[in-house]
Amino acid sequence: MSKVKTGIGRRSFIKSVSVASGGLIIGFNWMACKGPAEEGGEELAMQMPDEWFELNGYLKIGDNGIVTIYSPNPEIGQNVKTSMPMIVAEELDVDWNNVVVEQAPLNTEVFTRQLAGGSQSIRQGWQSLRTAGATARQMLLTAAANKWEVPVSELSVENGVIKHTGSDKTIGYGEIAKAAVDVEIPEEVELKENDSFKIIGTSRKNVDAKKIVTGQPLYGLDTHKDGMLIAMVVQPPAFGMEFKSMDSDKVKEMPGITDVFTIDTYPEDMEKEWSDVAAFSKLVVLVGESTWQVMQAKKELKVEWDLNPELTKQMEILEKSAGMEDASGLESSSIHASLMADVGSKKSEVVRKDGDPEKAFKNAAKVIERSYTCPFLAHNCMEPMNFFADVSGEKAELYGPIQTPEYAEKSINKRLGLDLENIDIQMTRMGGGFGRRLYGHFLVEAAVISQKMGKPIKLVYTREDDMTNGVYRPAYHITYRAALDGSNNLTGFHVNSGGIPESPLFANRFPAGAVDNYLAESWTLNSNISVGAFRAPRSNFIAGAEQSFLDELAEEIGKDPIQFRLDMLKRAKKDPVGEENDYDAARYAGVLELVREKSGWENGSSSVSRGVSAYYCHNSYVAQILDMSVEGNKPIIDKVTCAVDCGIVVNPDAAKNMVEGGTIDGIGHALYSEMTFKEGKPQQSNFDNYRLIRHKEAPKIVDVHFVDNGIDPTGLGEPPFPPVQGALANALYKATGKRFYNQPFINQLQTVDTKLKT
Amino acid sequence: MAEFSITINGKNLSVDVDPTTPLLWVLRDHLKMVGTKYGCGIAQCGACTVHFNGSAVRSCQLPISSAADNEITTIEGLSENGDHPVQKAWLEHDVPQCGYCQAGQIMSASALLKRTPNPSDEEIENAMNGNICRCGTYTRIKAAIKTASDSQIA
Repeated sequence: MSKVKTGIGRRSFIKSVSVASGGLIIGFNWMACKGPAEEGGEELAMQMPDEWFELNGYLKIGDNGIVTIYSPNPEIGQNVKTSMPMIVAEELDVDWNNVVVEQAPLNTEVFTRQLAGGSQSIRQGWQSLRTAGATARQMLLTAAANKWEVPVSELSVENGVIKHTGSDKTIGYGEIAKAAVDVEIPEEVELKENDSFKIIGTSRKNVDAKKIVTGQPLYGLDTHKDGMLIAMVVQPPAFGMEFKSMDSDKVKEMPGITDVFTIDTYPEDMEKEWSDVAAFSKLVVLVGESTWQVMQAKKELKVEWDLNPELTKQMEILEKSAGMEDASGLESSSIHASLMADVGSKKSEVVRKDGDPEKAFKNAAKVIERSYTCPFLAHNCMEPMNFFADVSGEKAELYGPIQTPEYAEKSINKRLGLDLENIDIQMTRMGGGFGRRLYGHFLVEAAVISQKMGKPIKLVYTREDDMTNGVYRPAYHITYRAALDGSNNLTGFHVNSGGIPESPLFANRFPAGAVDNYLAESWTLNSNISVGAFRAPRSNFIAGAEQSFLDELAEEIGKDPIQFRLDMLKRAKKDPVGEENDYDAARYAGVLELVREKSGWENGSSSVSRGVSAYYCHNSYVAQILDMSVEGNKPIIDKVTCAVDCGIVVNPDAAKNMVEGGTIDGIGHALYSEMTFKEGKPQQSNFDNYRLIRHKEAPKIVDVHFVDNGIDPTGLGEPPFPPVQGALANALYKATGKRFYNQPFINQLQTVDTKLKT
Repeated sequence: MAEFSITINGKNLSVDVDPTTPLLWVLRDHLKMVGTKYGCGIAQCGACTVHFNGSAVRSCQLPISSAADNEITTIEGLSENGDHPVQKAWLEHDVPQCGYCQAGQIMSASALLKRTPNPSDEEIENAMNGNICRCGTYTRIKAAIKTASDSQIA
């Protein structure tokens, strides 16, 4: 067992979490410890205890041995609501069947980093979750030792039952919990050895699954509070425009409508957090009694919009410099493409240089140059943006889907001037995050509206509002060049990447470190279209582009694509170029070797078109091999084999679900999805014109394998999403004989005369 | 505003709403039955799927004036204790990630199995193609439908 200091702060382990107090009642009272037995029959009828004893901010024990564990982080579908409590339960040493999980509210005194983003929840929570469980276990053991007047060293515990070695004394956690509350928090506790894990590393069902499949209220959009009104926004129709005037008299008379006005979410002088990103700060707001009534009123409202000179001026200059005649400052996708290709790449700056790349390219026997692009993407969480706010006097109660509650709290403090202690944020389960709900502008909007109305407000975005509201994944452009000498050795590697408005470059990632002469350059182009983090930011494009380019190189050189990468990784491990290489070459090679083995790559079948790809991002390594065929111009994805190195896998089946999902998501976006613009206006606003992958298009099989190495766990929310896009492009090449450089690939598939492989 | 009678999950109910109000919003806002979800409002995502006289229908495009006097089953009424074979299969395969689309998926799947108890992969894909899962649980959904089908045949 390893010992750790509990010194996260004595207070953090004593202070109890007030869950039900100050908590909102929504249509159901799910905060009031309703056991599964009451909600419709678990196999195990769980009896709720008469009394609860809080041992620390993470858990409380009932007098009958039932344990409530609080899941600290926001739940967006990555299932930390199951795996984080599993880690606590492991060290606490209780039977998982006796555990009830509740979502913790925002509580910065007890929890650090209550944030969903960056695939960090397990990685950054690993130590503190284990310590919380181990500390409580130690207190319970001490209480039993005191009761029996024996040394703690003579006690053992398993599944919530404490035994005394040498006598037949036993006592359950439920009976001793009350006494344990008074035990002094130990300064040091012992954590279990990995090989004695009984919960971690076993598959456990999603703690909310029963509620999900029976339609119980769970999501922000499901919130109900008596007296609540519905609010909706009307935003400018194009990026670069702003509110001018409106005629709301008629709409105010419509049935159920309470008020129509404008708000400014983020005034100029407000001190903003990084998460205070909004495409449109000034919005029109309609408030009414029911969602349908407000939706109808929205349609009838007459609003006049104007060009926003601040936003459009810069774009106008840029457009003029690119030779556009009627430059208005409103952007169209057609100019984005040419701006990136012609203007952007010419203003690049060197980010990393190893050796003498200029010489390598000058002396090259062969230079291969390829460019790749991708469009803007909308996040399109299935649950549209929404939030509930009840601001009255000096207090704010906020309830809804937010990935960054701690920052949102600060925003409310700054925007409304309320003290942090009087701001209560509770997180609902989210119908998807993908990075969209990092930016809590909708939370601030709801609070501003509630304060103005003096009423509880549920703010609801329609799908159209949601999809045209910006915060998009940026458009990117990348050009790779490779220099080969007379013997087909890779002597130089040059990446020049940029985007609107950020570059996707990671200069220190592979193949940096594996090539003697390496040059990485970067550029950006301004835009008035708002962007934000989208699942695996930047990696979500560059991985696929890079892995497609490596595939072309391997073919040019005449090497098997996997062997080509392994050879480079071998060099990077033995004799790395430069010092700042942001990957572990051995682990990177490990996933390639595992995927090669599990896919039967070397017994290659000629009837299957296969593409391989591997990438490292957000601390985990993923390699995928995608098998497909093309029927007519329709891609059929038969199978994706995945090899993943994320260290210890806390909940194997749930981890597989994440890899399956990230894989399908990556394929879907690379193949089908794009946001385009005409004069600043998004051309897609709902699922009839924005295409997402569906049942018929999904891979038939996703086969997932994990590397078993006992390393401390890293995340899975993002890592499987980027590399599969390269595997897809490489498989498409095998299937059609054509290379695919511009996402979404369906555009090319549907127009190009593709040659079917027989 | 007008009064409408409707049978939902076996109960006769009466609501007083604008006749154009889609059944989706009658359920969510007026009856406080939030299991049926809003995803798009134009019958493109399937999150709002209910059974209308036994058939799967998108409630976001079904005005109360058309839904009235018919039998509606929502996710809340698919079974007494969450033990419909489709729900049980969903739990066995631990299908959901974010979970938001799943009520609609389950309603589409249960309607499919009622009319095609032993569907082929292609029949499943075709029947379910109107239900989007943004998190990508499609392979699990298909496996769960097959399990539910097997359990009903057995």
